[in-house]
Amino acid sequence: MNWVVASSAFLAAAIEVIEMVTIVVAVGGSRSWKWSLVGAAGGLVVLTALVALLGTALKHVALDPLRLVIGALLLVFGLQWLRKGVSQVAREGWPSGLGDQSVDDTPAGDGVDWTSVVLSFKGVSLEGLEVSVIVVAFGSAGGGLGSAIVGAVAAVLVVGALGAAAHKVVERIPRRALQLFVGALLSTFGTFWANEGLGVSWPGGDWSMLGVLAVYVLSALTLVTMVRAWQRHPERSGARAFATDGAR
Amino acid sequence: MKTIWRGIKAFGSFWAVFIFGDDWTVALAVGCALLGTWGLLAVGAPAWWLLPAVVLGITTLSLYRSQHDAPPRG
Repeated sequence: MNWVVASSAFLAAAIEVIEMVTIVVAVGGSRSWKWSLVGAAGGLVVLTALVALLGTALKHVALDPLRLVIGALLLVFGLQWLRKGVSQVAREGWPSGLGDQSVDDTPAGDGVDWTSVVLSFKGVSLEGLEVSVIVVAFGSAGGGLGSAIVGAVAAVLVVGALGAAAHKVVERIPRRALQLFVGALLSTFGTFWANEGLGVSWPGGDWSMLGVLAVYVLSALTLVTMVRAWQRHPERSGARAFATDGAR
Repeated sequence: MKTIWRGIKAFGSFWAVFIFGDDWTVALAVGCALLGTWGLLAVGAPAWWLLPAVVLGITTLSLYRSQHDAPPRG
């Protein structure tokens, strides 16, 4: 066992696993735990098949086009939730939606919640692929593929356990506020990954993601105030007194 | 045949709603921002800022329009 390779792989993989688990928990908490986990499981199945098929050739997989496409899709969807969250919170207040099972007005019912499945699937498969590339890279460079695998699996178990523990906290958050913050989170991931896919260098590297998240959350909070003002003073802004959001 | 066609329509409808939602201009703006980012990279200019800036701008505009009038439908 090469502990240097294992611990390096653990730390590098942990960053990707945190992104993966955050998406699964955010989508599960705001829409459907069942279908979010189904999507995550689907992502893991596809990932396992890719790893079995490609093995160490994984390091030659072009991740940038995947990052661009998945990032762009995550961004446009995240912005829908962000806008809805801002509108709803501005109209009904921060505690609105407390006790609701889902952020959407149209419950999934007994059918498949494909949105949850797709969001989790994309997050798990892309981040899982990056973890696999990390394992191959560390294993090849350090001469200890087994140690790198142990490090990466440990990262998945530790971060996964933390994510599972977080779901109780997530369920206590009022649904409209949750929609706003999850929208900001998905938009952040989408912005970061899409830009990475194009080859953009962020100042501060991966830490820039926190900066982008902070900007989006602060902007969302500011927009709540602005939308409330538009709703209260329609004669000044030309806006209607009440927003009517299209229900999905 | 009808079942296959219904399946194709449902698949297309899902992705149309997923991408365009209730305001198609947001998806259009994101697409243009990505193209602009690619253009900036091609000339060697810093490009990381364009997408977040467009995101903030179009989100504000979309919210203003949703209060002012009905959002454009795709």
